[in-house]
Amino acid sequence: MSVIYILLTMSIAIAILFFIAFIISVKNGQYDDSYTPSVRMLFEDELVKSKTEKPYKKYSDKILKKEKRTQ
Amino acid sequence: MDSNKCYHCGDDCINNSIKIDKKNFCCNGCKTVYEIFSSNDLSYYYDLQPAAGSTPKVVEGKYDFLDIAAVIEKLTEFNDGNVQIVNLHVPHIHCSSCIWVLENLNTLNPFVINSEVDFPKKTVRITYNSEGISIKNLVILLSRIGYEPYISLDDYDNNKKSIDRSLIYKLGVAGFAFGNVMFLSFPDYFDLSSNAASGGEFWLNEYQVIFRWLMFVFSLPVVFYAGWDYFISAYKGIRSKILNIDVPIALGIVVLFLRSTIDITFDLGSGFFDSLTGLIFFLLLGKFFQQKTYSFLSFDRDYKSYFPIAVTRITSEEKEETTQVHAIRKGDRLLIRNEELIPVDGTLLSSTARIDYSFVSGESEPVLKKVGEKIFAGGKQLDGTLEMIVQKSVSQSYLTQLWSNSVFQKDKNSKFQTLTNSIGKRFTITVLSIAAIATAFWLYYDPSKAMNVFTAVLIIACPCAISLAAPFTLGNMLRIFGRKKFYLKDTQTIEQLAQIDTAIFDKTGTITTLQKSTASYEGMPLSDAEESLLKNTIRASNHPLSRSLYDILSQQNIVTLDEYEEHLGKGVEGSKDENHIKVGSADFVGGELHFDALTTSVYISNNNNYKGRYVFHNQYREGVSEVFKAMSKTLDLAILSGDNEGEKARLEKLLPKLTPLYFNQKPEHKLEFIKSLQEQDKKVMMIGDGLNDAGALAQSNVGIAISENINVFSPACDGILDASKFQQLYPYINASKKAMKIIKLSFILSLLYNIIGLYFAITGQLQPVIAAILMPLSSISVVVFATVMTSILGRKIE
Repeated sequence: MSVIYILLTMSIAIAILFFIAFIISVKNGQYDDSYTPSVRMLFEDELVKSKTEKPYKKYSDKILKKEKRTQ
Repeated sequence: MDSNKCYHCGDDCINNSIKIDKKNFCCNGCKTVYEIFSSNDLSYYYDLQPAAGSTPKVVEGKYDFLDIAAVIEKLTEFNDGNVQIVNLHVPHIHCSSCIWVLENLNTLNPFVINSEVDFPKKTVRITYNSEGISIKNLVILLSRIGYEPYISLDDYDNNKKSIDRSLIYKLGVAGFAFGNVMFLSFPDYFDLSSNAASGGEFWLNEYQVIFRWLMFVFSLPVVFYAGWDYFISAYKGIRSKILNIDVPIALGIVVLFLRSTIDITFDLGSGFFDSLTGLIFFLLLGKFFQQKTYSFLSFDRDYKSYFPIAVTRITSEEKEETTQVHAIRKGDRLLIRNEELIPVDGTLLSSTARIDYSFVSGESEPVLKKVGEKIFAGGKQLDGTLEMIVQKSVSQSYLTQLWSNSVFQKDKNSKFQTLTNSIGKRFTITVLSIAAIATAFWLYYDPSKAMNVFTAVLIIACPCAISLAAPFTLGNMLRIFGRKKFYLKDTQTIEQLAQIDTAIFDKTGTITTLQKSTASYEGMPLSDAEESLLKNTIRASNHPLSRSLYDILSQQNIVTLDEYEEHLGKGVEGSKDENHIKVGSADFVGGELHFDALTTSVYISNNNNYKGRYVFHNQYREGVSEVFKAMSKTLDLAILSGDNEGEKARLEKLLPKLTPLYFNQKPEHKLEFIKSLQEQDKKVMMIGDGLNDAGALAQSNVGIAISENINVFSPACDGILDASKFQQLYPYINASKKAMKIIKLSFILSLLYNIIGLYFAITGQLQPVIAAILMPLSSISVVVFATVMTSILGRKIE
């Protein structure tokens, strides 16, 4: 019957493990905003490709090229 | 979608709507945002939520202060080399479209590394490469797509606030221990009749000790960490000679813990650890439930939330430079742009200025100031730019001095005794005397049981259910009110609201609405041609009075004017055929002057012949008369207005007879007025809106701010009422009175459980399992009762 000691230690160890996980997640602010993630998870890459020019993109490409050249 | 609505912001396209891609836009601003989105693959924005946008405002020069290194340092959360993180409050965040577009900011600008929206707080946290995009350009980018962040002096002064999460930790500890202790004490529940002496279950007898000491270990953090607040509160109460409800709770916890420890040490029984951990867990649950916060609202705003961080100073070399508000000294020359707030007191250098003091004084109409006149902090410049010489620094200005009043330092809640605490005294005395009598009785009959009975009485009488009644009733009411757009700071406000016997109203912005106004015409009738010309002349003017007059005038065909000119701060003129019309101030139009400064009028002349004037009236909120009529039955009412007496006659007609009306009240007068009422033992509710009411709102027992837009501009208060729900104010007050009745009924219910428990305790039959059943049962039934009753109550109010 002394197997109960092992069982007790294991069960309590697992419980404490989850408890620590809970404390860490609270500390990291996971429960501060409980709404936005629920909306965010429904988004995908919904960028609508259009034929028009993209002024910003062009600009950023230029800068990237420039950086490559200087390196 | 309605074809007349703007595709971007959903407003009506009143005149000259702009069409692009077969879509309507109300103005160029909206069209530009659409173009930005559609050319950057972000047009999904409109699929997600139609017409979610807002019209971008002109921000020329407004954010120049974001170039100052010290300001950047204060505003950013993280600033290391190229990478900066800033957390901006964006009031317009309101739907999933907003989240989506703000989190896709990097498609608009590749130097934005990451952006994350916190929807309940309405903030967006942006990580960006400061080499590619400065914070100023970032803010301008946000403004250009209609998400203008709100940056005020408040952000500058207290940047990093730490969040208090201790209650969640405590709840976690208590819940964790409660669950484990329940499991460990389970075997005992099934072995009631037997014990080690009479045989019993073999393995239970064998391992009883280890089970019990494990429970003891689990209860340690619960008592000494999770429940520690109750000891502190009880100690504070006793020291200030108040027996609050925490005294019997703390007593119960101590007795539970000591008796259980003694029980298991001397093998007298299994102890009450299950009840002990359960009790603290339920109590903390109640506290947690009560803690409903509206993270997007702020109830403790002072002038800092309204003031800009920096203004434009003109140096001695006639150069413009951006200066932080704190750095402004007496004698500085400042440049205040259109729509900017004047941050300090000073004298006017420009020839004229039109300043809107509605913020400060409650005066609804802008004041015309001439060169050399004094202008005060808190005013908003309306026409063009002005220059001024600083007379006083920010903290010494007239408006900001209001905040040095001691009212703002006091904590309102500490003075108020809640219903729960007020019965705490009687409860404690009763319980202690029952315990004493029962112990005395048993000392006489069977001294061996006396200690057992004494502790059992204190354990079973622990007022867990009583202290849960108020948090759950009021916490639920708080949520119901929140859904009905009545946002209260905390549950105590509901209790205070139920006790109100006097209600004081501000006038401008509180019982009048700022969104609509009415006007009546006095003078010679206008011909059709003149009326058409009038409407077409003011069509192009953006002045608020022109806009409201334009809405009032009947529909006219749009004609092209031969001539049109707008004179800033004076009026507009236009001509068509042989008519030349002038619309504006009396000086400008040159008509016979009606020198009653009490009303606001727009004068009209045709070919320099004075025709007449439109007199503007305050538009009272719908149902003001009914609200006052209903409230006057049970409450004393009064109006305190910072405005002049111009509306007195109309108000008297509108309100119940003999309602006291006070005009020309300065902010500190309002505060004193409330104070004097309170000295006569009145429980005063103040309903106001502007900064000028801030003192009165803080002094009153319950200060309610009325707000057309709950996200911006409401002074420090106990509650914020959405302006559209103004008519519901009285039902809300009545609902809070009923909520208090529900609490009282819950008290009776929980006392019934206490009486049953006391029967077991006094007769010396209290087994741990009875306590373990009775305590959660009473708590849960009280919680269910309170929740169900408040939900029924909530359904009744509109």
